[in-house]
Amino acid sequence: MLKIKNLRANIDGKEILKGINLEVKPGEVHAIMGPNGSGKSTLASVLAGRDEYEVTGGTVEFAGKDLLEMAPEERAREGIFLAFQYPVEIPGVSTTNFLKTAVNEIRQHRGLEPLDAVAFLNLMKEKSKLVEIDQSLLKRSLNEGFSGGEKKRNEIFQMAMLEPKLSILDETDSGLDIDALRIVANGVTKLKSRENATIVVTHYQRLLNYIVPDFVHVLYNGKIVKSGGKELALELEEKGYDWIKSAVKEGSEI
Amino acid sequence: MDLKELLLENYKTVEQELEGKNGSVVKERRKEAIATFEKIGFPTLKNEEWKYTNISAALKKEFSIETIPALTKADIEQYLIKNLKGNILVFVNGQLSQELSKIISPESGLIIKPLAETDADVLEKYFGKSSTNDAFTYLNTALSHQGTFIKIPKGKSLEEPVVLYFISDARKENIFIQPHNIFLIEENAEAKFVESYHTIGKESGFSNVITQIILRKDARAEYYKIQNDSVTASHVGTTQVYQEGKSNFSSTTVSLNGNIIRNNLNIVLNAEHSEATMYGLYLLKGTQHVDNHTIADHAKPNCFSNELYKGILNDKSTGVFNGKIFVKQDAQKTNAFQSNKNILLSKDATMNTKPQLEIFADDVKCSHGATIGQLDEEPLFYLRSRGISEEKAKALLVIAFAQDIIDHIKIEALKEFLIRGINQSLGNNF
Repeated sequence: MLKIKNLRANIDGKEILKGINLEVKPGEVHAIMGPNGSGKSTLASVLAGRDEYEVTGGTVEFAGKDLLEMAPEERAREGIFLAFQYPVEIPGVSTTNFLKTAVNEIRQHRGLEPLDAVAFLNLMKEKSKLVEIDQSLLKRSLNEGFSGGEKKRNEIFQMAMLEPKLSILDETDSGLDIDALRIVANGVTKLKSRENATIVVTHYQRLLNYIVPDFVHVLYNGKIVKSGGKELALELEEKGYDWIKSAVKEGSEI
Repeated sequence: MDLKELLLENYKTVEQELEGKNGSVVKERRKEAIATFEKIGFPTLKNEEWKYTNISAALKKEFSIETIPALTKADIEQYLIKNLKGNILVFVNGQLSQELSKIISPESGLIIKPLAETDADVLEKYFGKSSTNDAFTYLNTALSHQGTFIKIPKGKSLEEPVVLYFISDARKENIFIQPHNIFLIEENAEAKFVESYHTIGKESGFSNVITQIILRKDARAEYYKIQNDSVTASHVGTTQVYQEGKSNFSSTTVSLNGNIIRNNLNIVLNAEHSEATMYGLYLLKGTQHVDNHTIADHAKPNCFSNELYKGILNDKSTGVFNGKIFVKQDAQKTNAFQSNKNILLSKDATMNTKPQLEIFADDVKCSHGATIGQLDEEPLFYLRSRGISEEKAKALLVIAFAQDIIDHIKIEALKEFLIRGINQSLGNNF
């Protein structure tokens, strides 16, 4: 589904991603872990098409197409979804209002009829249960005055509405208390299927107790320096990142 | 013949036509007005009030000023605002057309007469008087003879709005029109007014308009000026409002399309406990130019005025905002607020804004301010990352920016019209 080959990216002339290789297949959950500043969020942003980042090398293929050639909206229509680390507040635009436009643009792209108002509201009702998000919240201005937990739930709710092929959760656990974390993680787990895939970007292991990964990758200094199964996450939790840092410094095999 | 000469010539004809129809006061004011116009001529950029609006090019054309074509309902159908019900007054090249107009409210609540039959005391006190004194107001005063007097009698509350469509037929020639209307809302009466301007055809239109609105004690009025004209149509309009005690006036000016547009909105709060609100929204593209000049003139104590104008400028469009608040020495306990906010969607768009306060009283609450910025990247990326095209994402954000103006529109059909207009202007037809 997703093939990243030797991906390099800069921001303001500084190289952040220094040759990423990663392949994600349908049905898989990949966790990308790593210390702060290692390039995790940059990778998520580059995949979603944020234009502050300049891709300087490598390729990204998504469902057989060149992802890097596409505008952010085309990527979304093809099935990429980014759950933001810091969801923006947009006064004057309600979740309901913009999601109706988004859902129908994506449906149109997939050759489906647009949903009418009733069908859309029914879909909203159904999906909002998944993340236990209050309907009244969705009528308000997008994320304006929402708590940290409400914002993250809204992200997963949108993911449920847009039914992406590949979801990228960028530090979705940050700023969540344990109850909110459970709700969000349950939502993600329920949305899992054999057709779609998930990339979980996180600093801590705790989210992975709920969203169990098939693969764990450690990103450090712009490169994936180690990959393994879910037990790697536990190892990191126990030992921290320092052993990885020093191993990289010494140039030895990890 | 240039336009000035043509108009001076025209004055002589109009003068003869009107002989005996108007009282001496009106005759005298017309005479003074034409003399002043002749002396000062049309404004140039050297004129302080016209510093950022170059009107000369729009006037340097061969205009026809007195042709009244016969238009049919089919000709004008597409210019009527969808679903907007009300008392429809259609003016063709400045002249009221009985055939195209339709009054639905009973005559006991809505009186419509030719300008010449305006109540004598109103003419005497207000005709030819304006806070804006330039070539255009003098010219309109001198030559206005096709206008209408609309009166809402004491205690009457008009449910359906009065909708005035000014349609210029510029299919064969350039058309210059000068409507002059007076709305009188008597004591404790209430009404809504909508003005809308359209030009048919590829030639140029120019409208030089005066609307006078007089609110008696406890009167309430909403006034909407909608500009969605062709790109060859220019407009200079002065709306002059006088408010008596405890009256409430609300104005909303929306400019979506046109060539060069200049709106003067002058409100005189002339008795205690009056309230005035002024809202404006302009959404410009191409090389369009809109200039809003407003005055809130607090002449008496204990009055309130609030003004909010918002603008979105695309392409090479240019905008001007000049808002003045005067608080006279008498006008203690005045509350007056003013704000102008702008978003530039392109590097080539220009906005000139000048909020002004002149306060001569010492116990008042006043504020004013202006901002010029651009759409934030982050919300735009967020919406696009959900599959929404850049154009639609911009439209959503622009509508959000304009939301507080849209919310103040009390007529549903106008709200819908405006949202449609914003979408169309940004390249969306949904």
